[in-house]
Amino acid sequence: MIKFPIIRVITKLLIPYILLFAFYVQFHGDYGPGGGFQAGVIFASGLILYGLVFGLDAIKRVAPPIVIEKLMALGVLVYAGTGFATMLLGGNFLDYDVLEHSFNHQYLPGGQHLGIFVVEVGVGITVTSVMTMIFYAFASRSRFV
Amino acid sequence: MNWVVFVILALLALTAVTVARLRQLWAAVMFTGIYSFLSASWMMILDAPDVAFTEAAVGAGISTVLMLSTLALTGEQEQPTKRSPLVPLLVVTITGGALIYGTLDMPHYGDPNAIVHLHPDPSFVERSLEDMHGLPNVVTALLASYRGYDTLGETTVVLTAGIAVLLILRRDEMERPAIASRAKRRKRKASA
Repeated sequence: MIKFPIIRVITKLLIPYILLFAFYVQFHGDYGPGGGFQAGVIFASGLILYGLVFGLDAIKRVAPPIVIEKLMALGVLVYAGTGFATMLLGGNFLDYDVLEHSFNHQYLPGGQHLGIFVVEVGVGITVTSVMTMIFYAFASRSRFV
Repeated sequence: MNWVVFVILALLALTAVTVARLRQLWAAVMFTGIYSFLSASWMMILDAPDVAFTEAAVGAGISTVLMLSTLALTGEQEQPTKRSPLVPLLVVTITGGALIYGTLDMPHYGDPNAIVHLHPDPSFVERSLEDMHGLPNVVTALLASYRGYDTLGETTVVLTAGIAVLLILRRDEMERPAIASRAKRRKRKASA
């Protein structure tokens, strides 16, 4: 826990923008540079910054380790689950073409677009939670954070 | 390419030499953070913003934090070594020379006739907009669709790495009573 008020205030100002940028990288990844991995890492670095400045207990209240632990596996499950969903719909594993739907094409992604979107969300969840969990593992053993 | 390239490369080399010379590990970790940030800028110049994001967040951000917390667990001073630095210097020089020799064969930056732009299939670039229902980002399309299996494997590797770190490092307060009771049960079983 850092006592310096300037660092605390600046951190509080910055964190929302870091998290927002992570979401932008995640959801805009189909159009611009970015994607699940980058977004996950940026999101995790926002969380870790919070933990560094406000202490391990504060960050554990925001992102409880027991939840983060489950999310680690959930991301891979979302990714592989998409593969199995496409198989159930009659395609090959991760063949997103079968996800094509017929309603509201302008606003809801379908087919390849939807598949890539879901899969990238899975990657993002896993990367965020693994990075945060590794930070927890290190920080809860050190004397400073 | 412009003079910024040379400035960044010179700074990269300077930082690398500084890291190698430092014996204060705390400062060395800080310099590796600077090194990562310079690499991120370099990736930006090479038109690879995805890689630049990752390098800035992982290399300069998270791994610096993790290395600092490792220093908090171990120590900040490197043990002075008595071995002669000549052999490592020779190995590094030869390896570096070989790598530079390898780059002589490489195509120029942005060369449209480079093998990588001709060989696997340039039609990825031409076709992906059609295939992906208008997704303009070829990189994302390649990673998540054309090579979806690959990325699934990578995500699993990330999960596995996370589990491994947890198994090695975690000291869970919740686990202690369980371990104690298990030891007690074992003792009871042994005495019975």
